Amino acid sequence: MRIRHLRPFRISIALVFFLLTLFLFLDFRDSVSRAIAGEVLFLQFVPSLLKFLDTAAIGAGGFILVLVITLLFGRVYCSFVCPLGIFQDLISRLARKRISGPGKKKNRYRFSYSRPHYFLWYAVLILTVLLYLAGSGLMLNLLDPFSSFGRMVSTLFRPLVLGANNLGASVLEQLGIHFLYRVQWPVFVPVSTGIALVTLMVVGWLSIRHGRLYCNTLCPVGALLGLFSKISMFRIRIAPDACGSCRQCQRACKAGCIDLKRETVDVSRCVACFNCLAACPGQGLAIRNHWRRKVSHNPPAPGRRGFLLGLAAAGMGLGSSRVNAGPVKPVDSTDPFGPGIQTRPTTIPETRTGPISPPGSVSVARFSSLCTACHLCVSVCPSRILVPAFLDYGPSGMLQPKMDFRSGHCNYDCTNCLEICPTGAIQPLSRKEKQQAQVGVARFIKENCVVYTDNTNCGACSEHCPTKAVAMVHYLTLPDRDLLIPEVKPDICVGCGGCEYACPTKPYKAIYVDGNPVHKIAEKPVEKAVEQRIDTSGEFPF
Amino acid sequence: MDRRDFLKKTLTGGMAAGATLVFPEIGRVWAASQGGDSAAWDLVAVRGREPDQMFDSGIASMGGIQTFVPRGSKVLVKPNIGWDVPPERAGNTHPALVKRIVEHCLSAGAKDVTVFDHTCDNWTRTYRNSGIEKAVKDAGGRIISGDSKGYYQKVDVPMGKRLTEARVHQALLEADVFINVPVLKHHSSSMVTIGMKNLMGVVWDRWYWHRNDLHQCIADFASFRAPDLTVVDAYNVMTRNGPRGVSVNDVVSMKAQVISTDFVAADAAAAKLFGTEPAEVRHIQIASDMNLGRMNLGDLSINRIRL
Repeated sequence: MRIRHLRPFRISIALVFFLLTLFLFLDFRDSVSRAIAGEVLFLQFVPSLLKFLDTAAIGAGGFILVLVITLLFGRVYCSFVCPLGIFQDLISRLARKRISGPGKKKNRYRFSYSRPHYFLWYAVLILTVLLYLAGSGLMLNLLDPFSSFGRMVSTLFRPLVLGANNLGASVLEQLGIHFLYRVQWPVFVPVSTGIALVTLMVVGWLSIRHGRLYCNTLCPVGALLGLFSKISMFRIRIAPDACGSCRQCQRACKAGCIDLKRETVDVSRCVACFNCLAACPGQGLAIRNHWRRKVSHNPPAPGRRGFLLGLAAAGMGLGSSRVNAGPVKPVDSTDPFGPGIQTRPTTIPETRTGPISPPGSVSVARFSSLCTACHLCVSVCPSRILVPAFLDYGPSGMLQPKMDFRSGHCNYDCTNCLEICPTGAIQPLSRKEKQQAQVGVARFIKENCVVYTDNTNCGACSEHCPTKAVAMVHYLTLPDRDLLIPEVKPDICVGCGGCEYACPTKPYKAIYVDGNPVHKIAEKPVEKAVEQRIDTSGEFPF
Repeated sequence: MDRRDFLKKTLTGGMAAGATLVFPEIGRVWAASQGGDSAAWDLVAVRGREPDQMFDSGIASMGGIQTFVPRGSKVLVKPNIGWDVPPERAGNTHPALVKRIVEHCLSAGAKDVTVFDHTCDNWTRTYRNSGIEKAVKDAGGRIISGDSKGYYQKVDVPMGKRLTEARVHQALLEADVFINVPVLKHHSSSMVTIGMKNLMGVVWDRWYWHRNDLHQCIADFASFRAPDLTVVDAYNVMTRNGPRGVSVNDVVSMKAQVISTDFVAADAAAAKLFGTEPAEVRHIQIASDMNLGRMNLGDLSINRIRL
C-alpha cells in the first residue's frame, strides 16, 4: 500500500467503527446491538481500562491493544476508533463544505500550524488521574471521549430519531402499515441534557474552527496516548530533500502539528489521520521506523509504568467511597399516567435513604467508582428506568444512571444493561443471578394505600410483583366486599420496582423501593404444591 | 327452549364436536353449512382437548365464526398478553388459541385481523415470549403496539359511575368486530381475571382504575363496548400468585374453554370453573346489576362439549 492510500483506509475503518458505535446507542428496537456491543466497544479506551482494573481479565484488555498500537503507529485510536474524534472529523468536513461551497477547490484545506497547549493538556490529564485517585471519577466521566459521545447521542440525537420514528409510524399507520411502531420518550433529565449540549457546542465549535484542538487540549485519553506516541515506532516525518514547501500538508493537518519552518511533526499531537500523506503532491512526507536507530532504549517501559499507575489508581479508587446518599426528592406529581382525578392526595412522603444502582453493580460505591456515564445502559433499557442521576450518587457520580421507577419497572427476565455495560460497572450476571440480586427493598406506607384510605380493592403492587414478595393479605370484611392489603416479605424482594410503578396513589406512593447501598442476594420464593380446589376432572360446575 | 330444541342443539353440537375430532379441518366447512339457527346457544363450554381443537368445536356449535365476522370486516382480537412469561406459565392467553381464532376470522373473509394489548411488563418482550406475536403472524394476522399514549383516544363512558371517560386504543374504536380472548387466572387485585378485567388492556391509564374502586371501574368500562364474542382460555389455569405467577407450580391443567356473546355470562361460567361463585367477584355482580349481561347461569342455554 502506498502511503497516500492510508487516508482512505483510515476513513473506511473509522466509518465502520463510528456507525456501529452510533447504532448501539440508537438501536431502539433492540435488534442486534446487545449481540455486537462487546466486539464494537472492545477497543474503547477508558471503559476497557476501568473494566480491566476491576476484573484484570484478558477479555477486558482492549486498552492494552490500543497502547500497543499506539506504541507502533501513534494515535491510531483517535482517528480510527474514538467516536468523538470521528464525530469531530465529520463536523469539520461538513462545515468546510458549507463554508467553502462547491467549486472553490482552493479552500479544501484550511488548517495551519498551531502552537501546542501542553500545559493545559497535561494538566487535564494529571488532574483527571489525581481526582480519580482521590476517589472522584467526575472529571474522567465528563472528559472520556467515548462517554461524552454516548451522552450526546443518547440524550440529544436519540430523541430526534425517536421523534422521526414516531412521525413516520403515524404516517404509515394512516396507510395501514404497521412496520414502524411509536415509542415512548426517555425520561428528561435537565442536567444530563445540559451537559450533553455543552459538550456538543464545545466540541462542535472547536472542530469547526480548529480541527482536533479539543483532542489536543482537553482530552485526557489524547494526552495519555500522545505520551506513548512520542516514542512510537513508526512516525510521520518531513523529508527535507524531497519537500517542495508547498504547505499542502500543513493546510491538511487538522491537529496543526506540522511545522514546516522547523520541518518537524509533533507526534504527540498527531492523530494519525494521514491526511497529510494524501495531500503531499510529491514525496515530501515519509513514515519512518524510529526504533531502528535507538535499539538501546526500552520502549515498552512507559507502558508498564502507565499500567501500574492505572492499577494503583484502581485500588485507591475502589477503596474510597464517594457516595453521598442524601434523601431523594419526592416523585413529581406531574407524571405520565394521565389526568387521573384524585380526590384525596396522599400525605406521607417516601423516605428514600439512597439511590438504587442497577442489578449486577454489586454496590452503589462499586458502581459509582466504575461507571463512566456513557449512558449505553440508559439507551438499551426497554423499560426506560435507568435515568441519569444528578446528585444522588454524590457530586462525583453526576450523570451516572440510577434506577427510577416513574416510567416503568425492571423487567424480571431482562438482562439488557448487564449484557452491554462496557466498563463492567454493571457485571454480566446470569439471568438467574440477576433475578436474586436485591438492589433494594419495597417499603409499604399503609396510610397512603388506597385500601386503607378508600376501602376499595387495589392490589396493583402485588399484581406486578414477580416473586410475590408483595402479597395481598386479609384486611377487612365489608358487607359487599373482602378487602386485601399488601404485605411485604423483604427476604424475597428483589427491588424491581414493579410495585412502586404500579401504585396509583399521588403525589406520594404507598409502596416504593429503597435502595440497598450494598446489594444482597434475595431468597427464592418458597413454592408449595397447589391446593386442589379446582376441578380438573373434566366436568362442568354449572 | 323446549325439549325438541334442546335435543336438536345438543345433537348438532355433539356432531360438530365429533366431526372436528375426526377431521380437524372440517369444523369450519361443516359450521359454514349450518346457517344461523344453531347460534342460539347463550354459552358454549368445552373441555378435554388442546386450545385450538376446543375452539374449533365450540365455535362450530355457535354456527361458525362467520356468524360473528362478516366478510370484509375489521376484526380486533384482544388476548391477555400482560406478562413476560412463556405459555406454560399461563400468565397470558394460550398462543395456539389466538392463532386459531385469527385463522378462523381470516377464513371467514375478514379484511384484517388486529391483535394488541397494553401490557404490564415490557411490551416487546411480552409479545415475543408469550408466543403470541409469532402465532398471530403465522396465522396471517397483524399484531400492533399498544405502548404509546398516541394510540389511545379519549372516549366517554356514559354509564360509568367512577370511570366516566377513558383513553381507548384506536384499534378498538376502528374495529367492526371485537373478539375478547382472556385467560382465566387468579388475580391479586380482583380475585380472578377473566373477560371484563381483560379490557383493562385496551385503555391507557390503568392507575386511575386502581385508585378509584377497581371493581366499579371494571364494570363501568364493560358498559363502553361489549365484545361481540368472548372466548375464555382455561386450558392452563394459574390458581395462585396471579396475575403474573411465580412459577409453573402455580398452574393446573384444566383443558377448558368458555365461549359466549355475553361476556358477563362467560365470566360467570369461568369463575365457576375457577371454583368461585360469580357473585363473590364484585365486578361480575356490579355488571349484572347494571344489566350488562347475565351472571345467573341457570337462565342460560349452555352447550357443554366434552372432547
